[in-house]
Amino acid sequence: MPFGNTHNNFKLNYKVEDEFPDLSKHNNHMAKVLTKELYGKIRDRQTPSGYTLDDVIQTGVDNPGHPFIMTVGCVAGDEESYEVFKDLLDPIISDRHGGYKPTDKHVTDLNFENLKGGDDLDPAYVLSSRVRTGRSIKGFTLPPHNSRGERRGIEKLSVEALTSLDGEFKGKYYPLKSMTDAEQDQLINDHFLFDKPVSPLLTCAGMARDWPDGRGIMHNDNKTFLVWVNEEDHLRVISMQQGGNMREVFKRFCVGLQKIEEIFKKHGHGFMWNEHLGYVLTCPSNLGTGLRGGVHVKLPKLSVHAKFDEVLSRLRLQKRGTGGVDTASVGGVFDISNADRLGSSEVAQVQLVVDGVKLMVEMEKKLEKGEAIDSMIPAQK
Amino acid sequence: MASSFSRILTTRRKIGLLSAVGGSVTAGFLLHREHVGAGAPVRRSYPASAEYPDLRKHNNCMASHLTPAIYAKLVDKATPNGYTLDLAIQTGVDNPGHPFIKTVGMVAGDEESYEVFADLLDPVIKERHNGYNPSTMKHPTDLDSSKIHSGNFDPRYVLSSRVRTGRSIRGLSLPPACTRAERREVERVVVDALAGLKDDLAGKYYSLTVMTDAEQQQLIDDHFLFDKPVSPLLTCSGMARDWPDARGIWHNNEKTFLVWVNEEDHTRVISMEKGGNMKRVFERFCNGLKEVERLIQERGWEFMWNEKLGYILTCPSNLGTGLRAGVHVKLPLMSRDPRLNKILDNLRLQKRGTGGVDTAAVGGTYDISNLDRLGLSETCFHSGEEHFEGGVNKVQLVQTVIDGVNYLIECEKRLEKGQDIKVPPPPHKLFK
Repeated sequence: MPFGNTHNNFKLNYKVEDEFPDLSKHNNHMAKVLTKELYGKIRDRQTPSGYTLDDVIQTGVDNPGHPFIMTVGCVAGDEESYEVFKDLLDPIISDRHGGYKPTDKHVTDLNFENLKGGDDLDPAYVLSSRVRTGRSIKGFTLPPHNSRGERRGIEKLSVEALTSLDGEFKGKYYPLKSMTDAEQDQLINDHFLFDKPVSPLLTCAGMARDWPDGRGIMHNDNKTFLVWVNEEDHLRVISMQQGGNMREVFKRFCVGLQKIEEIFKKHGHGFMWNEHLGYVLTCPSNLGTGLRGGVHVKLPKLSVHAKFDEVLSRLRLQKRGTGGVDTASVGGVFDISNADRLGSSEVAQVQLVVDGVKLMVEMEKKLEKGEAIDSMIPAQK
Repeated sequence: MASSFSRILTTRRKIGLLSAVGGSVTAGFLLHREHVGAGAPVRRSYPASAEYPDLRKHNNCMASHLTPAIYAKLVDKATPNGYTLDLAIQTGVDNPGHPFIKTVGMVAGDEESYEVFADLLDPVIKERHNGYNPSTMKHPTDLDSSKIHSGNFDPRYVLSSRVRTGRSIRGLSLPPACTRAERREVERVVVDALAGLKDDLAGKYYSLTVMTDAEQQQLIDDHFLFDKPVSPLLTCSGMARDWPDARGIWHNNEKTFLVWVNEEDHTRVISMEKGGNMKRVFERFCNGLKEVERLIQERGWEFMWNEKLGYILTCPSNLGTGLRAGVHVKLPLMSRDPRLNKILDNLRLQKRGTGGVDTAAVGGTYDISNLDRLGLSETCFHSGEEHFEGGVNKVQLVQTVIDGVNYLIECEKRLEKGQDIKVPPPPHKLFK
């Protein structure tokens, strides 16, 4: 719950040890970094919009985490959070993003022509291809903190921008609160509809407030380009299609994003970006490219091979079930995508997916023929 | 007492005492004078009309009374602690409600909320509490259990009897708004006081953060353990923050008197036992409450109470007595009689399943309790007829339950013998 700066000033009357959260049973990035001393040092700070330290960490206090899965445990309420609370967020970013330093620079590359190959993944194995990212609109606070007025402002700008697209991007916006039953059923069947968040990781951060006010979905007539408005981020942009032509998916992604960005800039509200953190999003885990590019691929033999996880790790890829994060794989079909977000560009990350999946499909074919794959195990990328 | 609290508390306790003597309006005035500059609004870049929530699909008391004009008037106000209107109504915005069940749709973050947001809370209270008007009426408190009669039910029908209420510690914010330090202070104050209880009330505190597995299992078996709230009505108002920090359960050795610390209210106090001796349950309830109050007063604290609203709790629906007195009673024949709901209505009772609110009755066994909370005392109505339109009504909440349950048992017995039953007449309208 974003309480604002008056409540924070009142809290400062109480001693640090009385306000410091009990993190003894916690296992998330925030709990690893936040000591009582650090808490005492930065608890009186606030961003210009009034977002405070307790607002940043509430989700991590409420969700101790899992012994095996390391969640981030904090969110940003606005662009300035990453600056005002850098004493906390820089070490977390470093932990989460492979040692990324406060002085490092992030390269953005959305030039789809720099991608090599990617149009020849075997469709007998690669069932579908998808790239998604998030974008935040400069001048507005983020979903954990924004007011109804702001959220509606974001929606209004987004609808203007998205409904002015043409060509293959021409489409329609469906606001969640006035959707008809028929429209809702269709969006569910297309696997487009997003629901009110139920994960306490999100609800404890205040992102589901006022649902479904200001939320909606836009998609193009071809159903290959999709934008979510005001879910976990201001915008989530998705390009997808059946089959293995990741090159085409990525091209549509880059072109679409650039068109949208131009329109927002014309209205004086470009995307939140800086050369250290790349694209600024609500969750520190999505900084940099915010990109998850992946495929649904059939790997029944490879997935039960002893070296499968090691192969993935060396290729800088991660696996999920076909229902997305935290689901199981069905029939040997996996969701394989890039693991990195910050410190490498969009082109580089999608290149890893394209090259890595191509290699794994070759391995699968080898295993089908009863041959060994040891010589094919790649070096660490 | 931690020194960082004493300066704040001295001010607040003075105000608290004045509240009791001079009425909450005086206290409100003094609060504003003492805290000049506190409660400054959060920076706002949009006008109230752009922020006004969309309540067209909503069915709760807040949505019924929050007009754009009232919203615009209150939206930039804050209590001295910084609690705002948007925070108070968030739960009602997030939970549109049900076509048949009308929820309250807002909470208080501190005692001052009831004053600062009175333009909205007063009509909500009026709707929820049968026309009770906090700006003109007074709530009677009466915890003299000797006034109760016929409180021993037929144990062939009544399986268990229970009385619960809530109490808030004056000077500390309520669960939707409290900081970790305040919540921990509530725990310290209450646990310290409970440690002073003796004889049949002597007991032990179990903190949720350090409970052993064995203790946890025992508390579950005793049906005492409360869980982290999952209902969005509660979570959307921020009451579950920092769980399980500073939450716990205290109960006496005999397991008949129980106190929950920092769940939906600062404290929930419960007296219960198997069987039908409601009189004894209520006696223990009153004695226990008075002892706890005496013990906290010894240490310089007091409960939140004023003569307009009675005991101040988080949810406006629990103002006044905050009291729910009820029984688990076997009424298999009544449960099939189509007149049951009307009979309950006229007796000012409500039914729930034996799992509590929103559960089904199992085997014709119901949880039957009082409907009302505010404007009527725990025991006897004794402050005079001027509160009621249309003459004298001897309304007493616990007595209401006792009389009502006795009536229901009589009906069940008559149905067993093949005799007919009568629907009792409706009560007089409670408040103008």
